[in-house]
Amino acid sequence: MNKLFVSPSPHVYGKQSVKGLMYGVLIALIPTMLVSIYFFGMGALIVTLSSVLSAVAFEYLITRFILKSESTIMDGSAALTGLLLAFNVPSNLPLWIILIGSFVAIAVSKMSFGGLGNNIFNPALVGRVFLLISFPVQMTSWPKPIAITEKMLPYLDAETGATPLALVKEGVRNGVKLSEIQGIPSNMDMFIGNMGGSLGEVAAIALILGLVYMLVRKIITWHIPVSILGTIAIFSGLMHLGNPDKFTDPVFNMLTGGVLLGAIFMATDYVTSPMSTKGMLIYGVSIGVLTVVIRAFGAFPEGVSFAILIMNAFVPLINMYSKPKRFGEKQKK
Amino acid sequence: MLKTFSKGGIHPPENKLTANKQIEMLALPKTVVVPVAQHIGAPAKIIVKRGDMVKAGQIIAESGGFISANIHSPVSGKVTKFDKIIDTSGYKKDTVIIEVEGDEWVDTIDKSDTLIKEISLSPEEIVKRVNDSGVVGLGGATFPSYVKLMVPKGKKADVLILNGVECEPYLTSDHRLMLEKGEEMLVGVKIIMKAINVNKAIIGIENNKKDAIEHLTTLCQGYDGITVVPLKVKYPQGGEKQLIKATINREIPSGALPIEVGAVVQNVGTAFAVYEAVQKNKPLFERVITITGKSLKNPSNFLVRVGTATSNLIEAAGGLPEDTGKIISGGPMMGKALLNDQSPVTKGTSGILIMPEVESQRRKMLPCIRCAKCVSVCPMGLEPFLLMTYSVKKEYEREEKERVMDCIECGSCSYVCPSDRPLLDYIRLGKSEIGKIIRSRKA
Amino acid sequence: MNENEVIIATIITISSIGILAAVILYWASQKFKVIEDPRIDEVDEALPAANCGGCGYAGCRNFAEACVKDGIDDLFCPVGGNETMQAVAKVLGLTASEKEREIAVVRCSGSPTHRPRTNAYDGAENCTIVASLYSGETGCQYGCLGLGECVEVCNFDAIHMNPITNLPEVTEDNCTGCNACVAICPKDIIELRPIGKKSRKIYVSCINEDKGGAAKKACAVACIGCSKCFKVCAFEAITMNNFLAYIDPNACKLCRKCVDVCPTGAIHELNFPPRKAKPATAGGTTAVKKAVAKKAEPKEGINLIETAKKAAEKKGTDSKEEKKDNDNKES
Repeated sequence: MNKLFVSPSPHVYGKQSVKGLMYGVLIALIPTMLVSIYFFGMGALIVTLSSVLSAVAFEYLITRFILKSESTIMDGSAALTGLLLAFNVPSNLPLWIILIGSFVAIAVSKMSFGGLGNNIFNPALVGRVFLLISFPVQMTSWPKPIAITEKMLPYLDAETGATPLALVKEGVRNGVKLSEIQGIPSNMDMFIGNMGGSLGEVAAIALILGLVYMLVRKIITWHIPVSILGTIAIFSGLMHLGNPDKFTDPVFNMLTGGVLLGAIFMATDYVTSPMSTKGMLIYGVSIGVLTVVIRAFGAFPEGVSFAILIMNAFVPLINMYSKPKRFGEKQKK
Repeated sequence: MLKTFSKGGIHPPENKLTANKQIEMLALPKTVVVPVAQHIGAPAKIIVKRGDMVKAGQIIAESGGFISANIHSPVSGKVTKFDKIIDTSGYKKDTVIIEVEGDEWVDTIDKSDTLIKEISLSPEEIVKRVNDSGVVGLGGATFPSYVKLMVPKGKKADVLILNGVECEPYLTSDHRLMLEKGEEMLVGVKIIMKAINVNKAIIGIENNKKDAIEHLTTLCQGYDGITVVPLKVKYPQGGEKQLIKATINREIPSGALPIEVGAVVQNVGTAFAVYEAVQKNKPLFERVITITGKSLKNPSNFLVRVGTATSNLIEAAGGLPEDTGKIISGGPMMGKALLNDQSPVTKGTSGILIMPEVESQRRKMLPCIRCAKCVSVCPMGLEPFLLMTYSVKKEYEREEKERVMDCIECGSCSYVCPSDRPLLDYIRLGKSEIGKIIRSRKA
Repeated sequence: MNENEVIIATIITISSIGILAAVILYWASQKFKVIEDPRIDEVDEALPAANCGGCGYAGCRNFAEACVKDGIDDLFCPVGGNETMQAVAKVLGLTASEKEREIAVVRCSGSPTHRPRTNAYDGAENCTIVASLYSGETGCQYGCLGLGECVEVCNFDAIHMNPITNLPEVTEDNCTGCNACVAICPKDIIELRPIGKKSRKIYVSCINEDKGGAAKKACAVACIGCSKCFKVCAFEAITMNNFLAYIDPNACKLCRKCVDVCPTGAIHELNFPPRKAKPATAGGTTAVKKAVAKKAEPKEGINLIETAKKAAEKKGTDSKEEKKDNDNKES
């Protein structure tokens, strides 16, 4: 007889693994990827590939040569960070800027905190915001969407235009009434992704498909995305009712500026979101409110990234004060 | 919608391989090794001498305190030795070794199969008989049953809940018992109801045992006040607190016993043992044990004498498979891994599970990614990831404030963790260390 | 608002915030002032600031408070030793009682070769968790579990796992006798023993209370309770309890007779000079011991001899050693 194994209970384990979860999110992002290639052509592919590969490479180099520990690239988290970073930048971004972005995301925001599980801020968003502040021109010259049949390979030479949100911001700043602003795509176009913007944020339908996939696979729970989207809808709806000339309607708010990408894929990042359902709801509602506030009153046209990063900083606090309800806890009188 | 408990829970693969296997008598072994500590509480004191001839059912070790139980000889034969043997606790414990000769039972035991419905004893006599017969909770906790039958002064029980959940994967001993000894069990329930003076009893059964639910529902028509409640399949529904929540929707406050909310919980196996003790005057010295495992040739449900070596069961089930990596006493979620196949089965052994080597080893531990899955599955509403961190850092006072002592050690957190972190291992460490702190505080 | 106004407004706002904060801070420092005995600070200064908890208090500060409050008769700082206690006594105007330096001793020699593994543990790597689960990977339920929790808790780098024997080894120069490893060991294998003359020690390196046969079966170097040492000891330093010998360090005169008679080699001697020739008295038993050592890792044996040699060289004289100790403390 072989030597028996002895270990404390339980003796069986669930099927989910870190790898499985990360790859699950990657799979959920495939539809978005396809739509972005459809509308932005070769540029989308180049940006995505370079971002993913560089993120993985940076993580490998850091684990191999600086930490001298076992490489962690196979868990898929670096690839996911790279992919999300790519989805948050325009498809005509030069390669060197992407490299800087993924370096900041992996090296500064993730590995310097101790790697997967220890970072405070969402790495992809840190990379994105870093680029947005450092290279505002390149980061806000959005290529116009094209159907793939018209022109096959635009990358750096793509024709650029503004995002719907930027158009609105510019218009409102100049005192133009919302209804008179030119060039805003129809709701249907925004739903399928036919508008200018970061390459992963445009395709609402693909992102929602990803959400459904992740919910079915039990990779995430509904709390964070639903609370963010619900808050944005309600809050911006109220503001729209109050002053329809200045504030956009809720549907427009939900479909533009990466709200869906943020709510579904960025805010739900395990490491940087709260642990209890109560905390998740607080976190989601706060992100929703902050997003609308930044959009309506802030300097930047879009606010999801900032809202999520700001709330990331509050996660430890939320965790401390939103304990799950204990079984048998006495009701407070 | 089927009833279940509200918070957390998981659904591991059920793997009830032996659900359709009739209970068989296991052939008597040549020797039995009877541990004197088969229950929670003080070990029993040995009262036989070397060379004594004993009969099955004869008392060989006396209850060693209030929370303790008598131990009876499971066989007839000669006491040959007292030795220390590693039992399910993982440590060497005192045992009585008896060489089997024939199968002679003590005269007072009614060996017939006739069902006796009439309950002639008074509540006090029932409690005494249960205590004398060494009946303990057969669900796995092995808490002396007679203690639970005495409702403390100032408290009142209004409902008896029977635990027929058997939420552990693989195990089917309670399931088979409900099917084959249903009527006796119901009389047992009646006896317990009389002892604790309630007129309502609920049998909670998970919905994966439809035949048992049907069978008992039909039988219950002949017994006033007993109802069967089908429950949604969810682990750990067999936990006392979860079962009470699921069946009567009452929540036991932290640190309190079920009687606090007017409930008494007993396992269905215990009800059967109570029936045998009270109506047949038969002490608890044998029980139904599931021997199971995916690579086992002939997984079965056996009626086994206490003290039989695990290896005897394995032989009867077709021998130890080549690829065995682990032998577990109990179910895969809360059972204990055995060091070797010589450990004797005890009153608390509900099953023996043979795990193939590929499934026996844990996966490599990875860093916590804070996915909060452990939080969402914890049936007690705790935060296992946080408790583990406190245990590792030895911050026991903060861990206590996070209610670690509420943990029921169901293992759902370790089961679900995608990073394969030994959450429960460290939570147990915290519990035992904090237990010491609490005791020293009282002293 | 022109630029000048902006600048002036900013200066005024910032300054007033600053003044307000200063006022609040001053008020708070007065309001929440804690009046402490100044001697606590002085005592605290004299302590080694290791915060190891070896004295029984959470940290040096708490120990200092206790010293000031209750006097130092029942208190002792194992890390600082007598010198520190004298310094504390000086501050408080009391006298400190002398205490011999104590050192941790690991009372288990069950290396894998002596004590074969009977099962494989697969769980959290933590001795206490293993101990609460079961008796351990070997047949001996008393022996070292080998997961090194003692190494983890040591603040002084004084205890390390030997990868060959899978047992902890104490570096005597570093050990302060703070009791941390003793307290954490779930098997109570580690014992604090007085450092002894020229740091020589003789102890039973086993705590197995099983009967001889069972003990021997589980581990080749276990104490089997044969009482030979008990009989040979001329100073009544050895007691037998539950088939286990124990040597009282205060009664032991370091004659090494027990070491020679022990049939399993369970009695260890530390820091003695190597023996010159085969002792005539116990030829047979040494042969057994040698055989055991040969069967075991040859490296292991050499290691032991070498460390013993080194230790002997290092600690030539008492005075030297003491000086060294003092140096260690000061640095």
